Amino acid sequence: MSPPKTATAKKAEAEGPGGPSAGSEELISGSEAIAHACRLADVDVITAYPIRPYDTVMQYVSQMISNGEFDCDYIVAESEHSQFEIVKHASTVGARVFVGSSGVGWLYAFEALAVTAGLRVPMVAMVGNRALDDPGAFGVEHNDALAVRDLGWMLCWVATAQEALDTALIAYRVAEDQRVFLPCAISCDGAFLTHSQSIVNVPSQEAVNSFLPPYERGDKLLHPDNPITIAPQANEDWVMEIRRQSDAAMRRARGVLIEAYEDLNAKFGRGGEPFIERYMMEDAEVALVGMGTLAMPVKVAVRKMREQGRKVGFVRVRWFRPFPSEELQQSLSGVEAVGVIDRDYGFGSAFHSGVLANDLRSALYPVEHRPKIVSFVAGLGGREVSTDNVIEITDKVFDAAGGGATNDQDTHWIGVRE
Amino acid sequence: MSTGSVEVVYRGIFQKTLAKNICRGVVFAAKKAGKIGIAFGRYSDSPERNGIPAKQFAVVSDTEEELEEYLSRYEPDNNDVTIAADDTLCKGVESWAWYGLQPINKLLADGGTLLVTSTQSPNKLLSFIHRKGTPYNLALVRSPASFSGLWVYKDDHTDVRLLGALAKVAPHIVSLEAILETIKEQWKDDNKVASAEKAYNATESHPVSAEQGNEEVPYEFELPGWKDMEEGLVIRGISAEAQSITGRDDGGYVPTRNTTFKKFSTRSMRPVINFDTCTKCTVCWLNCPDTCFDITPDGFYDANMDACCGCGVCEAVCPVADCITMVNEEAFDGNDGQWEAWNKDKEAYAGWLAEKIANKPARAHGFHHVGQYAEEMKNESA
Repeated sequence: MSPPKTATAKKAEAEGPGGPSAGSEELISGSEAIAHACRLADVDVITAYPIRPYDTVMQYVSQMISNGEFDCDYIVAESEHSQFEIVKHASTVGARVFVGSSGVGWLYAFEALAVTAGLRVPMVAMVGNRALDDPGAFGVEHNDALAVRDLGWMLCWVATAQEALDTALIAYRVAEDQRVFLPCAISCDGAFLTHSQSIVNVPSQEAVNSFLPPYERGDKLLHPDNPITIAPQANEDWVMEIRRQSDAAMRRARGVLIEAYEDLNAKFGRGGEPFIERYMMEDAEVALVGMGTLAMPVKVAVRKMREQGRKVGFVRVRWFRPFPSEELQQSLSGVEAVGVIDRDYGFGSAFHSGVLANDLRSALYPVEHRPKIVSFVAGLGGREVSTDNVIEITDKVFDAAGGGATNDQDTHWIGVRE
Repeated sequence: MSTGSVEVVYRGIFQKTLAKNICRGVVFAAKKAGKIGIAFGRYSDSPERNGIPAKQFAVVSDTEEELEEYLSRYEPDNNDVTIAADDTLCKGVESWAWYGLQPINKLLADGGTLLVTSTQSPNKLLSFIHRKGTPYNLALVRSPASFSGLWVYKDDHTDVRLLGALAKVAPHIVSLEAILETIKEQWKDDNKVASAEKAYNATESHPVSAEQGNEEVPYEFELPGWKDMEEGLVIRGISAEAQSITGRDDGGYVPTRNTTFKKFSTRSMRPVINFDTCTKCTVCWLNCPDTCFDITPDGFYDANMDACCGCGVCEAVCPVADCITMVNEEAFDGNDGQWEAWNKDKEAYAGWLAEKIANKPARAHGFHHVGQYAEEMKNESA
């Protein structure tokens, strides 16, 4: 175990030359970045139950509490189901909450995950992406977080520790916005992000306070002075209207996310485009699409191929829910072919594609110049996706674009031993 | 080409098997006449709770296509026959909290028949049954309500008697011959065949005019659109002022209650209270799961009959032997408070109380062991 970190809270208060938003430079992992975001967001209640790789967040949070840098109720539950239920209830009485899990732990909480979204509880969770058992495995796959994709959870994937920290602040701001009131899960690729340390700017408390307002439930607060009941039984005369409200909230989340990114860019000088990251897409003939830390080998490969004069770009999907249909239509309708790299599987789905490929195909169906879409599955169970893998993928996408034999009605497994 | 449907309104748990037997009997009998049918439940409250008004339906068609058309709807709302398996259901049913008290004849077709097991007179029942606005018939099977338990069925022939009566009031759905044959086949009991035939012959049917019945206007409401519903599944507490709940100005205490959902239609028994022996120990008030006790100015606990769902907990916890007694709901007309009557005339109240307890001793709550019915019959004939 590494020695305890120094008191970053004190450092953060010291203003740097960049003004009030300037924080401190820290060498931290994606998990530790999330823990810093919890501290800066002054989260009231955190529940934990150990499972790799999410448990590293638990470790950093408990360390901060023990060092006196962070004051919150920290409850170790007896299972993930209770872990998520406890914060759900805490949130309804006005507590800002944080929670998280990985792989089958996330799924053990599934009932709680469903009711959290149904009840419109603005919980923020971190999913340290991990392959679902069986086989028991620790490596990253995205199927765990994706399991809640239709329930009313906002879902995003981050690629760096810096982005993890910033996105956690965005998540609180958007989830707790009364126009939205939906839970939000931040997905961090196991190992590649949760356990990799990089230099991160940890913003000052003052800067975070200027960006993130306190959590206010208003007249939806469960309190003796505000007699309400929530989570009722309802019959067929009511359920559809309640679902339609969730649908409207998810639609509104789009605008609230845009506002939040605008403000983050203005106050922190970083954050980028809200829903997708475009990399070398200006004159791209073919594009690759993926989520999370997959961006690293893909960007390296794209640069290599660009040096060879091959016009390939990359679109990294940052927010999966709400799905950025407009941005993807706009960025991809000009290219001839798209290669979607899923770090997940969709056994038996359309063309046996991964989840991202299926949603992307749907989003691009109405565009006038519909590119060919070739779907790939790669990097399952934490397997490395190499730049050579990405080049192999890109070759197939170019082949499809040129009318070659590459099948765009099937899914190609890359990096699997035949 | 025709389709007929029967609605059975029954008391949850106590009459679930009874309702199922009736609906199954209808479907099997229809099959004998070359028709096709289906039986199904529509839960108001699932799992059912003791006494809660619940429904089962039987639909019978000449052809499969016709049946499908009927079944593509949530529930038949134009029934040829509505059976009230307990006559206290004639006071109305509250199937879901937000619909308030709805008339027993709400889903009955114009000109259809409301079939009730009752020992009361038609006029008495019509004082409870809400005015329908269109003519229909009221038919009676002379029998007290048959209540079973969760695990044991009280096989007292009420099911086959209702099937016999059904053949009388709706021969286009099931003929007597088909019913009798079905009972013989399904129950393999000649006594039941005889019971059904006897009920067929004894069933009285009375025309009810559009204007006859209880004049109380049932609770009306409009379902709000999704934009008008509060987000976050929030339901506001009821404020006593907004609901203009009449508090007691005599120093007593009435808790805030939901005036739309009164719950009393779940009741098949009610407590009667002997205020002369009451020690004001508060145990009934503390244990009532529905907060239905009002506190009188002199410190007694008066069960509010709008709010009481008749569970019997008060009787069970009362430490005084003869203070709270559960009495069959059939013995009562309205929901008047008991303390006021006692306070006004203690002697008259004592007489009223004794009469209520003596005249309706039948326990309507549950049926607990195999052989209980035989024991009851033995005691009755002794």
